[in-house]
Amino acid sequence: MRLLSLLAAILAAQQALAEPAVVYSIGGKFDASFNQAAWVGAERFRTETGQGYAEFEPESVAQFEQALRRFARAGNDPVVAIGFLQADAVTKVAAEFPDRRFTIIDMVAEGPNVQSVVFREHEGAYLAGLMAAMASRTGRIGFVGGMDIPLIRRFACAYAQGARSVNPAIEVYVAMTGDTPAAFADPVRGAEIARGQIDRGADVVMQAAGGTGVGVLQAAAEAGVLGIGTDSNQNGLHPGHVLTSVLKRIDVAVHGAFTAAQDGSWKPGVRSLGLAEGGIGIALDEHNRPLVTPRMAAALREASDAIATGRIRVHDLYTDGPCPWG
Amino acid sequence: MTPLPRWVEYGLMPVLNLALAFLLAGLVVLLIGESPLEAVRHIIYGAFGYGEGIGFTLYYSTNFILTGLAVAVAFHAAQFNIGAEGQAYLGGLGAGLACLALDRHLPWWAILPFAMLGAMVFGMVWGAIPGWLQARRGAHVVITTIMFNFLAASLMGYLIVNHLKVPGNASVQSRTFEPGARLPKLEETMRLLGLDIGGAPLNITFPIALLACLAVWILIWRSKLGYEIRVFGANPTAARYAGIRGVRITVTVMAISGALAGLMAVNPVMGEQNRIFLDIPGGAGFVGIAVALMGRAHPLGIVLAALLFGVLYQGGAELAFEMPSITRDMVVLIQGLAILFAGAMEQLFRPALLQLFAPRGPGRAG
Repeated sequence: MRLLSLLAAILAAQQALAEPAVVYSIGGKFDASFNQAAWVGAERFRTETGQGYAEFEPESVAQFEQALRRFARAGNDPVVAIGFLQADAVTKVAAEFPDRRFTIIDMVAEGPNVQSVVFREHEGAYLAGLMAAMASRTGRIGFVGGMDIPLIRRFACAYAQGARSVNPAIEVYVAMTGDTPAAFADPVRGAEIARGQIDRGADVVMQAAGGTGVGVLQAAAEAGVLGIGTDSNQNGLHPGHVLTSVLKRIDVAVHGAFTAAQDGSWKPGVRSLGLAEGGIGIALDEHNRPLVTPRMAAALREASDAIATGRIRVHDLYTDGPCPWG
Repeated sequence: MTPLPRWVEYGLMPVLNLALAFLLAGLVVLLIGESPLEAVRHIIYGAFGYGEGIGFTLYYSTNFILTGLAVAVAFHAAQFNIGAEGQAYLGGLGAGLACLALDRHLPWWAILPFAMLGAMVFGMVWGAIPGWLQARRGAHVVITTIMFNFLAASLMGYLIVNHLKVPGNASVQSRTFEPGARLPKLEETMRLLGLDIGGAPLNITFPIALLACLAVWILIWRSKLGYEIRVFGANPTAARYAGIRGVRITVTVMAISGALAGLMAVNPVMGEQNRIFLDIPGGAGFVGIAVALMGRAHPLGIVLAALLFGVLYQGGAELAFEMPSITRDMVVLIQGLAILFAGAMEQLFRPALLQLFAPRGPGRAG
């Protein structure tokens, strides 16, 4: 018995010694968005524990598998893969290294030694829609998406649903910037689309467009209306003109995977992060405090609770079929 | 232009250009406080040091050979095809559709001809339209092919998101082909050479690319059409006087160029990812321009240049792994310098070399 616990202690010590690793998605570490949030989480782990980590920034999709395999072979544990593009590579490499642990973020991959972390972004979008509808005086609000992909469509749908829950007659203008990945990096076009929506009467415009969104928020601030940010806290970009930001805590996910592997609480399977788990959040800080009325704050709290407890079901485009709110 | 001896033109000059590029890259590495020799060692080891590395090097080279050939064929008719990227993207659609249609019924060797045909026909159409616009309407092929790259990206995005995507799955890609429809890796062949390519996706497209080199050589230097292409490229007016129809040559050459670029997509679509996905060529179409320039539009030169870029791609990844202070952007910088000196500034040493090696002209004799 004692021998066993000793063995367990040695094993645990060895696991504590293994450096974790992160493989970013295409686009580089400092993309001011997705990858950077992952990096922030990894850095927080480093400052908290004083323990290093390995990382790799792939240039092409062919390098995912190569990078994952290298880290697994070198003994890195856990190996964290960022982004949906890596799903198949993770499934394949995890099967080759059954005694290593893999975490994939923002997508589901298969395997007994794979943890998949996914986000319920639409819950945050619902709350953003609710706030937009309460802040709007014209009864018209806008949404500027980046690339026209299911992820963004799901976002737009939940935004419309949240807005309708406040004002069933509200008009929601939805526009996508483009149909290539470049649509996530075109602030000029983003501003143009936002201006178009503002000209048609929208007085709150939400962005879910990566780098393009910076232009959307800029245009909203210039026109004297409100913008809504996504992914990271963008309230401070134009204080007083950004109603709120929907936070997607990739950093929490990466940090969580690293620390959980270290303290032994890491578990394979799907982890879905939403409002209840703190993986999705609504940013409230000194920059938008004057904009959020007590009535709005109360409605926000109530809706958050209702979503967390399942009383409100936010439409999930992946599983619930086409968007009923157009 | 005064001719240089062939060994200088095709041997010494590219080597000098490359040496200068690597010298500069080495200085940059030195600037950030790392040893350039160490960096070179990692690149060489990553590209050739072990079986899997060699497999990846040749996998990337396969892409670059085919896009390099595509650009080179157009060069010979003085057409500058910037659109290999878009043609390859559309080629990916052709190859992918063939696989999606047949993978539940046929084994890979029966699907491959259809996938190749699909890739080439789709790429061909995407190349021939700018060719026709150039020949008939005078719309410059550089401009139109660039624009066709954007059109290809938009069209593919639309098709994948709205028609090819698996319902209920967030990934922007088609369904994965059945295992039987995937191209076999060259594991056995490489094992005969004593190499274990491990997870590298090197597959049968590599020998196909080498065959394409032979085909292009025969086309350009051993066929009537090739002769017409070269005459037209050298002097369109003289070509017309000789009875060569410019419109036919321009459209044909752009169609062949597009087909070769399209063929490239078989490698990632059927040999690696096994599905239709976003950004299939991944920049190989643009690298192909540098490869064609550096290889002097000759198949042999293209194979060597493609190999060099394969080494830079694969060795660059190794470098980023082994020396964390050399980031991905540094690796791109090194690749960029190679393109700059070997492609864009290839004539840098010509005046000096002319002084040294040019045969004394008969000008003074009279």
